[in-house]
Amino acid sequence: MFYREAGDFRTTYKEDQQTFPIKFDRYRYYLVLFLAIFVVPFIVNDYWVNSLLLPFLIYAIAALGLNILVGYCGQVSLGTGGFMAVGAYSCYKFMTGVDIWWGGELLFRLPEFNIFFSVIMGGIMTALVGVLFGLPSLRIKGFYLAVATLAAQFFLVWLFNRVAWFYNYSASGQISAPERDLFGVLITGPSTTPWAAYMFCLFFTIVSAYIARNLTRGAAGRKWMAIRDMDIAAEIIGVNPLRAKLTAFMVSSFFIGISGALFFAVYLGAVEVGEAFGIQKSFLVLFMVIIGGLGSIFGSFAGAAFLVLLPVVLKVVGVDLLGWPTDIVAHLQLVIVGALIIIFLIAEPHGIAQLWRVAKEKLRLWPFPH
Amino acid sequence: MNEQLAFTIEVFLNGLMAGVLYALVALGFVLIYKASGIFNYAQGVMALFAAMTLVGIQNGQVPFSHLINAIFGTDIHKFGWSVHSFLAIILTVFVMIALAWAVQRFVFRHLVGQEPIILFMATIGLAYFLEGVADLMWGSELKALDVCVAEGACLPQGMNTWLEATTYDALGYGFFIDNLDIVASIIAALLVVGLVMFAQYTKQGRAMRAVADDHQAALSVGVSLNFIWILVWSLAGFVALVAGIMWGAKSGVQFSLSLIALKALPVLMLGGFTSIPGAIVGGLIIGVGEKLFEFLIGAPFLGGATENWFAYMLALLFLVFRPQGLFGEKIIERV
Repeated sequence: MFYREAGDFRTTYKEDQQTFPIKFDRYRYYLVLFLAIFVVPFIVNDYWVNSLLLPFLIYAIAALGLNILVGYCGQVSLGTGGFMAVGAYSCYKFMTGVDIWWGGELLFRLPEFNIFFSVIMGGIMTALVGVLFGLPSLRIKGFYLAVATLAAQFFLVWLFNRVAWFYNYSASGQISAPERDLFGVLITGPSTTPWAAYMFCLFFTIVSAYIARNLTRGAAGRKWMAIRDMDIAAEIIGVNPLRAKLTAFMVSSFFIGISGALFFAVYLGAVEVGEAFGIQKSFLVLFMVIIGGLGSIFGSFAGAAFLVLLPVVLKVVGVDLLGWPTDIVAHLQLVIVGALIIIFLIAEPHGIAQLWRVAKEKLRLWPFPH
Repeated sequence: MNEQLAFTIEVFLNGLMAGVLYALVALGFVLIYKASGIFNYAQGVMALFAAMTLVGIQNGQVPFSHLINAIFGTDIHKFGWSVHSFLAIILTVFVMIALAWAVQRFVFRHLVGQEPIILFMATIGLAYFLEGVADLMWGSELKALDVCVAEGACLPQGMNTWLEATTYDALGYGFFIDNLDIVASIIAALLVVGLVMFAQYTKQGRAMRAVADDHQAALSVGVSLNFIWILVWSLAGFVALVAGIMWGAKSGVQFSLSLIALKALPVLMLGGFTSIPGAIVGGLIIGVGEKLFEFLIGAPFLGGATENWFAYMLALLFLVFRPQGLFGEKIIERV
């Protein structure tokens, strides 16, 4: 009744292959875009942006990136936190001007990049690092690879902690984003307006989702999925595993790097690497991907929304409504998150995206099932 | 004797001892992975949970006292007795067996036949859950763990002065080795021998190996998968308890105890996920390797704290040349 495709004819190949072939889906997508771009920025306040919208948008990019690697290419990675750190630190270096030292002397210093290009550079540097750590995936498979990517996680965090060059020799060992603007509107720094930060992240999220969607349904995505389903068979039918795996690592790391850069520059403002980009972050993003749905763009968003909302809701209910001490609520939160993850995996191992697919099937026939 | 050389040997020995502790944790992983194909990330949290339960029982804490106080406004904390260590250990073993049953009954029975990654995720969920439950039950503050099996037969603390004095007299250089490390090594050795004996010479052990070999074949000759899985999780819980006692006695019972799981992962990679001897040898290699690297290269040239990642890098490089680990089963791939 509400959701149907009767009378929705597709007469060209292009129409048949579009992302939202059903009219209802398409209009809903336009509506969401319209609301996100033209309505939300005018009504948001600081609380909404900083505790819900920014983390959601940023984690959605990270989840998209990880989903490309894990969901589409089948290479399990636990190094997401480390790669996000690469994005954050490269963004910081390019924001403040990269200085090259040789033999104790300042050789030259790049000009300070605009914040927009700094974020992009964060993505590009992370893509390079991702390819480097993706190389072992040609030999190592399955859980061995998952554990191997932890090497990236620990090594990168250690590197950013120890090498003072990365944090511009600041005494605290932290990096903090200086005030930067885009077209005269402040994007980073303490006096940024909520809507500006929101719009900046929203832009990256939409573009990332667009790129990810089109990559995964094109030749590259099909190669990734062939590798995921069975890499030897894929190799025999002519997919180059080296290129497929490394491009997956590259694209995935690019998105993760962008999200790391945004996480540092726009969302947190100041970052201590072990705290913000530790192993917990890797698990968090992996959870988003799995709860959202492996191999689904929508799933990345759904997973990010779910895991960003959950702690906020729990905190509101526990602390504000029931008035329990915060430490007990924090422990209860662990219990509930853990239990929910298990329940979710038991009830629907293919994640929220699968639930959504099932719901759509039901809605098509509602209210007259067979 | 050359001072530098002696110092290196001492680092080597300490690495060996640390390796034994890593191996202890890795053992729990291998047991479960072999029998059920589940990569159990919660092993570290199980060690934490076991150690906290042990301390809680010893001190006679009321479980969930914080939660009860918060809900009902009461003020209870302790029963007012303290339990003998030996009894407390036995009680904790029972708790771990109950936990094994619950995990099997409520989680993995519903996930039979799922992909390995889903099972792995479930164990991470389990890790969160257990950590929260442990904190709620016993409180999250740092606790000291003293285990005395009998009067005067406590787990030793601190440096071994006897060994230092003897080696000083004999070699002109005193070796510092933690008493606890020596005891841990002996216990770990006993545990491994016990496990191997159990697997080789008992009926349940044989059934366990049969399940590890082939689930369906084992099922068809009348082995109860359910029982074996509970058994294996109980064994892993027991190993976790031993590891928890050792690490807890070393550095106190607190959240960071659960991070030993991360220390055990490179050991697993190096030794192979399916091999008990691999876990031991891998543990020793990693323990010695990271201590020597830190001492010889990390601290002087790289600014220290290389122990966090060295083990992973070593395992990574090693795997590039031998993808199934040291003793892992040969990976045969067919289309």
